Amino acid sequence: MSLGMERRVDAGRFEGQPGMSSRAYQHVGVNVGRHERWLSMVAGGMLAAYGLARRSKPGGVAALAGAAMLYRGATGHCDVYQALGVNRSSGLARERGTGVIADRHSDTRRRLGGRRGIHVDESVTINRPTAEVFRFWRDFENLPRFMQHLESVSMREAGISHWVARAPGGRTIEWDARIINEIESRLIAWQSLEGSTIATAGSVHFEETGHGTRVRVNLQYSPPAGKLGAAVAWLTGEEPSIQVREDLRRFKALLEAGEIPTTDGQPSGRAGAGGRR
Amino acid sequence: MKAVCWERTNVVRVEDVPEPAILNPRDAIVRVSSTAICGSDLHLLDGFIPTMKSGDILGHEFMGEVVEVGRGVGNLAKGDRVIVPFPIACGHCYFCTHDLFACCDNSNPNASIAEKLYGFSAAGLFGYSHMMGGYAGGQAQYVRVPYADIGPFKVPAHLKDEQVLFMTDIYPTGYMAAENCGIKGGETIAVWGCGPVGQFAIRSAFLLGAGRVIAIDTVPERLRMAEDAGAETLDSMADPIFDRLKDMTGGMGPDACIDAVGLEAHGANLDYWYDKAKTMTFMATDRASTLRQAINCCRKGGVVSIPGVYGGFIDKVPMGAAFNKGLTLRMGQTHVHRYLPRLLKHIEAGDIDPSFVITHTVPIDDAPEMYKTFRDKKDGCIKVVLKPN
Repeated sequence: MSLGMERRVDAGRFEGQPGMSSRAYQHVGVNVGRHERWLSMVAGGMLAAYGLARRSKPGGVAALAGAAMLYRGATGHCDVYQALGVNRSSGLARERGTGVIADRHSDTRRRLGGRRGIHVDESVTINRPTAEVFRFWRDFENLPRFMQHLESVSMREAGISHWVARAPGGRTIEWDARIINEIESRLIAWQSLEGSTIATAGSVHFEETGHGTRVRVNLQYSPPAGKLGAAVAWLTGEEPSIQVREDLRRFKALLEAGEIPTTDGQPSGRAGAGGRR
Repeated sequence: MKAVCWERTNVVRVEDVPEPAILNPRDAIVRVSSTAICGSDLHLLDGFIPTMKSGDILGHEFMGEVVEVGRGVGNLAKGDRVIVPFPIACGHCYFCTHDLFACCDNSNPNASIAEKLYGFSAAGLFGYSHMMGGYAGGQAQYVRVPYADIGPFKVPAHLKDEQVLFMTDIYPTGYMAAENCGIKGGETIAVWGCGPVGQFAIRSAFLLGAGRVIAIDTVPERLRMAEDAGAETLDSMADPIFDRLKDMTGGMGPDACIDAVGLEAHGANLDYWYDKAKTMTFMATDRASTLRQAINCCRKGGVVSIPGVYGGFIDKVPMGAAFNKGLTLRMGQTHVHRYLPRLLKHIEAGDIDPSFVITHTVPIDDAPEMYKTFRDKKDGCIKVVLKPN
């Protein structure tokens, strides 16, 4: 985004702790040191490749061990360290351990609390009045128009909405969410209901600036495939903060220009290009 | 339909491709009556602009007749004759509402690629790489025009295509280059590059009140065309440019210097060969000998205005000279939309007839050959107009 787009992804923090977030990429529940993570990934990759190449039972064990090391390196989280109560990551990452969520006793709070879950923090500035930007977002059924991974959002009853998202492999994930905080033209916060397949919470802040409305999205969730899913997605480019950033870019275009720019379906000299003969 | 497609570095072809369709409510389809090859298209041909894909339709200087409009376009109708600005602008973002159309926030669907290279993405452009939006260009029989309620500009029937076509790019680009010089009246402006943009910069500088224009190039017919506009000329291969400019300005230097050459500068200086070696070995992306010379020659407190295209990184910029002389550097893709009513008035008043720059008019099938003729400056080629239909 050409204006006021910032990104931040960090571990544990949810909201209300300004100044404590790092701008560097920092994955969830990090308790492995930076150099050790890279070592772990390199060694894990080599071990996995070696194991797969042998195509035998010991080879399979080696490959599995390699995969675990890859995971540990990619996420910076080691279950063994956690079980032992060890944290070898930098002090900064360690101090950021506690999350604060509005409803302290909910299932979401428990599942997302502390170091668990993915946290995204993205901002965009939209050249429209704050009330208009707020109303558009507040009508949750509008969200799939610019959130690429959402298939639909429908209102169930007062404050409860039903969300359907596209997941990898052509599957869908569904959950219910409720609004936990709402201040007209300033804030909407929501979280998934207890027992949902996905534990998620989010908030979006609206703020009038000299350049329009600054929209800041905080999102936290535990993906269905667990952290490994997110880590792999991150490695292959489907990183959550990028998804949210691209969603906000579309949101901005939709509100400012009334449509989302595209070239899908235009002609070219490539075989199978769009257009009409 | 027929379209000029980029295949790979040094190869463009006319291909049979599908016709464009309306994809968004604010789109229109234009049947192209005239389209031109721009000097900046040569940077694509020569492979200097990254993120081109084989099969991309080229062309960002085009005009024609509206044949279809989307339901979101209220101010255009079938049959309207329009010129289309080369930057694609939504008209409603912060930048468009501040007259910075070439910086539009919303028109580049591939903004994330441009952000990696430039920090922020500027507007999408027609036919100018995927980093700049990946939009199919107008060197074709038909073209899709996004945000058609903002871009296309209706032109009066009594003016010929050749008189209004260059409002799409090179005329406003030359005009903005001159405007960026901050001319108040009587100044001396030096213009490097007497290609089409340079020619319009020379004429625009006079229109805005410049006292003298000194035009620098090495191609005889281009220098002659500059003289026709009233410019004094220097041959960049034969004349010692710094010394001559200093002499001609009574030891002071030109008030403003325009680099209408850009990233593929040619020259006789040592630094040209230095840049050439670095770009050929991928240690730099752009050749900047003109820009260096312009900064060096400019008088203290003057302006260096850069309409010439740069895409990546340049080396050995004389920042010390620019800083200590207190220069102002102004540059960028042209905010074409901003200038159209003004420039049309100049054409209608007879202050300028932009068709002077055309040397070749050919059917679209001859485009591949004309790209090379234009690039190699053969056959007196200065500007090529294609007739696709």
